[in-house]
Amino acid sequence: MDRVSRRPRLSTVWLGGCSGCHMSFLDLDERLIDLAGRVELCASPITDYKEFPETDITLVEGAVANLEHLEHIRVVRKRTKILVSLGDCAVTGNVTAMRNMYGLEDVLTRAYRDTAAVVIGIPNGNGAVPRLLERVRPVHEVVKVDHFLPGCPPSADAIHAFLIELLEGRTTALQGRFG
Amino acid sequence: MSVKTLEIDGKMVTGMAGETIFSVAWEHGIHIPRLCHIGGISDVGACRLCMVEVEGQRKLQAACLTQIEEGMVVRTDTPRLKAHRKLIVELLMAERNHICAVCVANGACELQELARSMGIDHVRLRYRFPVFPVDTSNERFGMDHNRCVLCTRCVRVCDEVEGAHTWDVFGRGAGSRIISDLGEPWGASESCTGCGKCVQVCPTGALFDKGKTVAEMRKDRGFLKYIVTAREKKQWIG
Repeated sequence: MDRVSRRPRLSTVWLGGCSGCHMSFLDLDERLIDLAGRVELCASPITDYKEFPETDITLVEGAVANLEHLEHIRVVRKRTKILVSLGDCAVTGNVTAMRNMYGLEDVLTRAYRDTAAVVIGIPNGNGAVPRLLERVRPVHEVVKVDHFLPGCPPSADAIHAFLIELLEGRTTALQGRFG
Repeated sequence: MSVKTLEIDGKMVTGMAGETIFSVAWEHGIHIPRLCHIGGISDVGACRLCMVEVEGQRKLQAACLTQIEEGMVVRTDTPRLKAHRKLIVELLMAERNHICAVCVANGACELQELARSMGIDHVRLRYRFPVFPVDTSNERFGMDHNRCVLCTRCVRVCDEVEGAHTWDVFGRGAGSRIISDLGEPWGASESCTGCGKCVQVCPTGALFDKGKTVAEMRKDRGFLKYIVTAREKKQWIG
């Protein structure tokens, strides 16, 4: 396929979020079939990829909460033409960032010592679990973001309208809302 | 009282002497954004969202505090004003912990609605994530300082309409906080009558009814007009 006529490549990424934005994306229902004909779906949280592929559009759900998120989003940014923050966690930090009001040490102690019942102790990593960042950050604090789609989650209609606008090359001025 | 004629956004309008730019504009369908103003209580010009350009004046004026004058030329919606207002809302969002998704007032919040109406889809400033307490000592209401924008509507309605003056402002700058009486927990306040007027006028979810969960809090401001009409016209009409 030549460069002009090929379908745009779409990927989605899941950082520190509840997967609700992806669920909302799936709520496109039968519109997904139409969308599948218009884009080439390259990577998603359920795609088994070793390396994140070169992509035209990437939708990012979730805030940057740990070292793995940080490294991943930097690679995604490099390989993506249009990066989109999808939903409040990516856009504002949202619930994922509520721990920022307390120190990381206090949060870990609360979760893994004070309230633990079976295995008590803060996981030290050893590569098994990624190290948490001192502070959870919205995606645009870490890499350049091209478009924002707020909402918790953004409605399927909002995601659909946004993607269609983007695919048809119109500049999107959508009225999204936090929360 | 004399009638004054002026121009707002290219439209010739009239108002009574002593009226503010804000109220004359709203009477003529020009809705200047606001957060601290609410009809029925005094204005303080705290939020700065209603700032307008007045021809011949170098500085911007708060529409809620500036009285109309004959021949005045006012602009309420220039690119410069829009940019200022956008930044004010972003500053408010970044200053405390406004997490709309888990707020009682989600869907009925004036700050959230302002952001939406201005097309704010992200905040360009770094969020501060300050530590603020939540006061649930009152039997029927709660006060979450994380969601407070310091508009002081609660302070004014309590003082001017209820006549209790339970609320006031403590501290300075970003560390300012609404306090009850002399800083006691709300539940221990001796002056609070428990009327709940402050809860109804609060533009965000900072003041809320206990027992309400996410997106369940809806504010009823009808009482304010009712009381003010009764006071001014001696008639009990809504």
